[in-house]
Amino acid sequence: MKRKEAVRFFSAMVLISLTVALSACSGDKQGDELSSVITVGIPQDIEDSLDPHRAVAAGTREVLFNLFEGLVKPTSDGDYIPAIASDFTIAENGLVYTFTLRENVKFHDGSTVTAEDVKFSLDKCADTGSGSPLVAAFANISEVLILDEKTIAIHLFTPDTEILASLTTAIIPAANASPESNPIGTGPYLFTSRSPQENFVVTRFADYWGDKANIETVIFKIIANSDTIVMDLEGGSLDMVPRITKSQSDELSGRFNILEGTMNLVQALYLNHAVPPFDILEVRQALCYAVDPFEIMLMISDGKGAEVGSSMFPAFTKYFIEDLNNFYSFDIEKAKQLLSDAGYPDGFSFTITVPSNHTQHVDTAQVLVEQFKRIGVQANIELIEWETWVAEVNTGRNYETTVIGLVASTFTARAMLDRFHTDNRRNFNNYSNPDFDIALENALASADDLMKTFYYKECLRILTETAANVYIQDLPEFVAISNKFGGYEFYPLPALDMAKMYIVD
Amino acid sequence: MKKPKNYNLIIGGSITAIMLIFMLTGIFFTPHDPNTMDGGLKFAGASFTHPFGNDNFGRDLLSRVMTGSLTTLYVAALTVLIGTFFGVVIGALTGYFGGIIDEVLMRINDTVFAFPSILLALVFVSIFGSGRNNVILALGIAFVPSFARIVRGEFLKYKKMDYITSARLAGAGNLRIMFFHILPNTFTVLLPAVLIGFNNAVLAEAGMSYLGIGVQPPDPSLGRMLSEAQPFLFRAPAMALAPGIVLILIILGFSLLSDGSMKSLSAQSLQNRGNK
Repeated sequence: MKRKEAVRFFSAMVLISLTVALSACSGDKQGDELSSVITVGIPQDIEDSLDPHRAVAAGTREVLFNLFEGLVKPTSDGDYIPAIASDFTIAENGLVYTFTLRENVKFHDGSTVTAEDVKFSLDKCADTGSGSPLVAAFANISEVLILDEKTIAIHLFTPDTEILASLTTAIIPAANASPESNPIGTGPYLFTSRSPQENFVVTRFADYWGDKANIETVIFKIIANSDTIVMDLEGGSLDMVPRITKSQSDELSGRFNILEGTMNLVQALYLNHAVPPFDILEVRQALCYAVDPFEIMLMISDGKGAEVGSSMFPAFTKYFIEDLNNFYSFDIEKAKQLLSDAGYPDGFSFTITVPSNHTQHVDTAQVLVEQFKRIGVQANIELIEWETWVAEVNTGRNYETTVIGLVASTFTARAMLDRFHTDNRRNFNNYSNPDFDIALENALASADDLMKTFYYKECLRILTETAANVYIQDLPEFVAISNKFGGYEFYPLPALDMAKMYIVD
Repeated sequence: MKKPKNYNLIIGGSITAIMLIFMLTGIFFTPHDPNTMDGGLKFAGASFTHPFGNDNFGRDLLSRVMTGSLTTLYVAALTVLIGTFFGVVIGALTGYFGGIIDEVLMRINDTVFAFPSILLALVFVSIFGSGRNNVILALGIAFVPSFARIVRGEFLKYKKMDYITSARLAGAGNLRIMFFHILPNTFTVLLPAVLIGFNNAVLAEAGMSYLGIGVQPPDPSLGRMLSEAQPFLFRAPAMALAPGIVLILIILGFSLLSDGSMKSLSAQSLQNRGNK
């Protein structure tokens, strides 16, 4: 009996002391961290790759933006500033780019960036061993030469003024054997830990060459169910969520700032030109006249959004042509006239295939159905899974029309336009126009930036004039941020720049 | 002896009758076109012209609920019809003949029964494509086993009874015995099962449409309307309440009707037995 009591007493003491010790531990930690931790909700896990050269999903690239840098890096206005390189010169013939590396740029593992690392990274992305290179524009690189410890020269086959956009490609240490699982870069944040389907944690990099990050730790938390976003924000388990919907933003209380930007995509009713009657110009034009983008914006996001008239979004001011927005101003009579000219006086019926996980596109399709009814055209919606959409529509080209938003993978006009070339393998529209092909080829071949811009604008005009697609809008983007934080900036490409964010007192 | 009032039957019958009138009116008349949008009426509350208010596209909720429940009714009715028809045929064959037919058909039956009906329908739809008719077929197949089992049990019970032996001695063929002598006796059990099955079919259709399979937008169905209402629960609760309440009333009506009919049918058969 006595022995039993003694055991009981002893174990109770152990438990109590443990509890006290452990709670003291967590208490300390909390006090220290609360001041400089931000939890950001992201919609999908970093599943494709932690290797910046192999990451393809926009959701991955926007997170890795904090970890990696290239010779140059993009700014929020769509410009490029030197990053790992402090300076660069372009030879007069446009064929040689010479970069001077910045002094003392450190990788996250403490080693200094050398010319070998730069050459290694660029060569890796230009390697054509496995078919096409990792960075498409690098097919044009003939060789990367190390001139001295701090100077590197990139030689091109043909002049390409857009190559700078691709030189944002991350520089990684040549010595890192496993970039897939151990991401080492030069960015303002360094990789700390990752729990699949749960979170991705990064911490401030103390030896960053530029302005160091303000917030110590960033936790990217994966939100599996978008229905809980409002509750998570209000409950305090999330501080910031990019890309919430208008109705979610309406439900948030005053503790949150809602920043409004655009998603930098072109939402349109994309037509399959290989399927009749979409091979007839008048039919396509009739559909363009029948659509009122402002009604769509009013219906799906309370009037927010930006009209587009061709395959270019407004933030890309260099190429965006505002006049094209009004090329087909809403006109039902004209649409009906064009339809009967084309031999469809009583209209026709077709199917709109929409990926069911994109609510904005499903809602847009619903409004489109009503708008087409006014000119006697019967549209039917078919909802499919995202994976089916990729296989059937994007790859298989087995569809009539689809509502989707197309984004630019790099901040170049080429990324938006080359898919409409007759021979492009991403041309899921089956769009084929000799004038367009010539204009695009001219644009790609132009060494002079003015001529290049001129030809790209020509491409955009041709797309509009031939009513390649029924262009609708650039969707609005709403970012919810707790009013404890400030400094968020919108980028014209996938990027969540956490280094510029700070805590508001 | 005075019969006690069968309140289940009365209340269930009235609710069902009212809901049926509500739904069937949708065939001829809705106050507004259920798909016409009006930007000025987004999330509008109840008014004289729009008694249930309007949804996120400014569409009239009353009209949408009417046509939506009609769609649900159509899918549920056809599902139960398919399920009952094949269920009765399979149940009758297996119960009456037994032997190898019984063994084979009932094992297939068990296999189908082992899958949850929604899962089975999901697999079916992902192979044959979505759309209303595929959903009806998928759910119908999923409903066959439960009816088959009930009917089989009844057939096993009745085929050994004396009056069947007498009928056979009098020269009645197998089909005649199965469908004229035994089948009518299974109605006591079959009718409540059909009503409950109808309820399950309504819920299954709503579930399928909620998951985005089945009826395609912009056409309404109760499940689709519920799923569309989800992001706006606080902003416009009417969007979820209107289809939700209609769904509850349909289910409640048929459940009570099923309970009531079971009671009254068993009371009747007791009475019949007493008279003998």
